[in-house]
Amino acid sequence: MVQTKRIIAAEKEFSLMKFFLQWEWLLVLLFILVNIMNIIISPYYLSATGLLTATSSFLEKAFIALPMVFVLVIGEIDISVGSTVALSSVIMAEAYNKLGIPMGLAIVICLLVGTLCGFINGFILTRFQELFPMIVTLGTMILYRGIAVMILEDQASKNFPAWFSNIFWGKIGSVPYILIVFIIFAVVFGIVLHKTTFGRKLYAIGSNRIASKYAGIRVQKIRLIVYTLAGLFAAITAIFLTSRMGSTRPNIGEGYELEAISMVVLGGVSTSGGKGRFIGAVISIFIIGFLRYGLGLINTSASAMLIIIGTLLIVAVMFPNLKLDSLFRKKSKNM
Amino acid sequence: MEKLKMIAKTLTKSREVSLIFVLIILCGAIQIKNNQFLSAANINDLLVNATIMCVLAAGMMGVLLIGGIDISIGSTVALSGMVTALIMRDYPQTPVLVSWLIAIGVGLLCGLLNGLIIAKGGVIPIIATLGLMNIFRGATYLVANSQWVHKEQITLAFQDFTLNSYLGINNMIIVAVICFLLLAVFLKYTRTGRKIYAVGSNSEAAQISGISIDRIKILVYTLMGALAGLAGALWVSKYASAQGDSAKGIEMDIIAACVIGGVSLNGGKGTVLGVVLGCLTLGILNNALPLINVSSFWQDAIKGLIIIIALILNTMTQRSLDKNNLKRREL
Repeated sequence: MVQTKRIIAAEKEFSLMKFFLQWEWLLVLLFILVNIMNIIISPYYLSATGLLTATSSFLEKAFIALPMVFVLVIGEIDISVGSTVALSSVIMAEAYNKLGIPMGLAIVICLLVGTLCGFINGFILTRFQELFPMIVTLGTMILYRGIAVMILEDQASKNFPAWFSNIFWGKIGSVPYILIVFIIFAVVFGIVLHKTTFGRKLYAIGSNRIASKYAGIRVQKIRLIVYTLAGLFAAITAIFLTSRMGSTRPNIGEGYELEAISMVVLGGVSTSGGKGRFIGAVISIFIIGFLRYGLGLINTSASAMLIIIGTLLIVAVMFPNLKLDSLFRKKSKNM
Repeated sequence: MEKLKMIAKTLTKSREVSLIFVLIILCGAIQIKNNQFLSAANINDLLVNATIMCVLAAGMMGVLLIGGIDISIGSTVALSGMVTALIMRDYPQTPVLVSWLIAIGVGLLCGLLNGLIIAKGGVIPIIATLGLMNIFRGATYLVANSQWVHKEQITLAFQDFTLNSYLGINNMIIVAVICFLLLAVFLKYTRTGRKIYAVGSNSEAAQISGISIDRIKILVYTLMGALAGLAGALWVSKYASAQGDSAKGIEMDIIAACVIGGVSLNGGKGTVLGVVLGCLTLGILNNALPLINVSSFWQDAIKGLIIIIALILNTMTQRSLDKNNLKRREL
C-alpha cells in the first residue's frame, strides 16, 4: 500500500514537472534560439517584411508536412509525396502549354492528379494489407517521378499566365496568400486531429491497430483517406512551388518527402505511431524553415546546411530518449 | 492435371523458385526482342553493373533481417569513395590496398555511428539513418570542397582493379560473389548469424534468452557501413571519378531489390538466394530496357511499375500459399 502511494505521489510530482518538460516547450525554446540567431545575423530580420519574407521562403514545403502528421500518427510513412509534387506539377504545366487547357482548369487537374496519386497508394495498401507502406510508397515514388520524366523528358515547361505567379507572390496588405492558406489549413488539421472523433481514431489506429479494428473503427477506410489527403496536399505544394518558380521540371520536389518527415518528427510525432501533437509539428516547421533562412543569409553552403539539419534531427530525437530511458530503468529497479 | 497441380504447388512453395521462373520468362522475352541480350559480353556487362548493388544488398539484408532499415548508404558510398579518391589525389603514392582499406574503414565508421545512435540512442532506424544520410552527404561535399575528383587524379592501379579479371571473370563479380558466400555462411552457420534472425523474428524472446540486442544491432549496421565503404571504393574504381552527388538515391533500389527477393521489412525473414535473385531482377531491368529500345526517359516509370507489380504478385502468391497450408492443417 505504502509503495503504491509513493508511486502515485511520484507520478503527481512528475506530472507537474512534465508540464514544463513537454516536448513543445523545448521546441519553443529552440524556436526562440533560432530567431535570436537570425536577429544577430541580420539587422533587417526583425521587421514585419523581414519576417514575412522568411516565412514564405519555406511554406510551400510545409503543406506536405500537414497530412504527413496524420500518416505518422497512424504509424505509417509515405515517401512518395515528393514525386507526387513533380507529377502533378508537370501534368498541370503540360495541360496548359501542350493541350491548351485554361490555367484555372489545369490547376484543378493538378489537384486531381495529386489526389489520384495518394488514392493509388492508399488503395494498394488497403487492398494488400500485408505490404509495408515504406515499400509501396517507395515503388510509387519511383513510378510517379518516372511518369513525370516520361512526359517532360529533360525539358522544362514554362510560360504560365501572369496571374499564376501571383498565387505564390501575391499578398493581402503585406501578408502573402500562402501564409494565410497555410494558417487556415494548419488550424483545420489541428482541430481535426485533436478535437474530432476522426482524430481520436487516428491515434487509436496508431497505438493499437487490432484493438481499434475490434472497437469498430474502419481502419482501412481511414488509412485510404489519410493517404489520399497526403496526395492532395502534395498537389497544393506543387501549385505553390510551380507558381514560385514560374517553370517546372520533372526533378522538382526531390527529397521533399524526407524534409517533411524530418519536420514532423522533430515536432515530436513518433514514426511508430500514436504519439505527438499537431502544434509541435507546426512549431518545428517554422524552426527548420527559419534555421534554413538564417543560415542562407550568412551564405552557409548547402553541404553545411545538410549537416546542421541532420544533426538537429538526430540530437532532437535522441535527447529525450536518452534521459527518459535511464530514468525509467532506475525506477523499475527501485520497485 | 493433378500432377500438373502438384508440380505447380511445389514450385510456388518457395518464393525463390517462383522468382527464378519469373526471371527465366523475363530473360526469354527480352532475348526474343534482342538476341544480343544473352551473349557472353552482355551477361558480363549486366553482372558487372549489378555488383555494386549486390554488395550493398548483402549488407542491407542483415539490416532488414533485424527489422531495421538504412537509408544512409547512398551517402556512405559517396563519402567513403570521396575520401579515398581525395587521398589518392593528394598522395598518389598510397598503396592500392591501403586506399581500399581506407574506404572500407570510413564506411565502417559511418555504419558504427548509425548503429550506436540506433542501439544506444534509442532512435528509430529510419529517422537516425535519415539524419545521417544528410550529414554524410553534407560531409562528402565538405571534404571535397564541392569539387569532383577526375579520372586523371585517380591512380591507374586503383582503376585497374575493376577492369581486370581473374580466370576470365571480372574482379567485381568475384567480390560480389565472395560477399554473398560469406554472408550466407555467416547467417546460416555461425551463432551470431542465427542471433540476427532471432532478434528479427522476436526481439523480446531473443532478449530474454540472453542475446544482447544492442550488440547485434550495432554489428549489423557496422557491417552494412563497411560494405557500403567497399561499394564506395568499387564505385570510384569503376566510374573513375568521385562526385559529391554520386550514389544518390541508390538506397531505394537496394531496399527494393531485397524486398523483391523476399526479405521482410518486419525482420526475421529472408534468404541470401532471394536477395541475389532480387538484385538480378533489378540488374536485368537496368540492362535490358535500353537493349529493347525503351527510351531512357521511360525506364524509371517501368522500374517503379515492375516493383509494385512484383510486390502485389508476391502477396497474392503468399496468400494462396497460406490458404493451402491452412486447408492442409484442417484435413
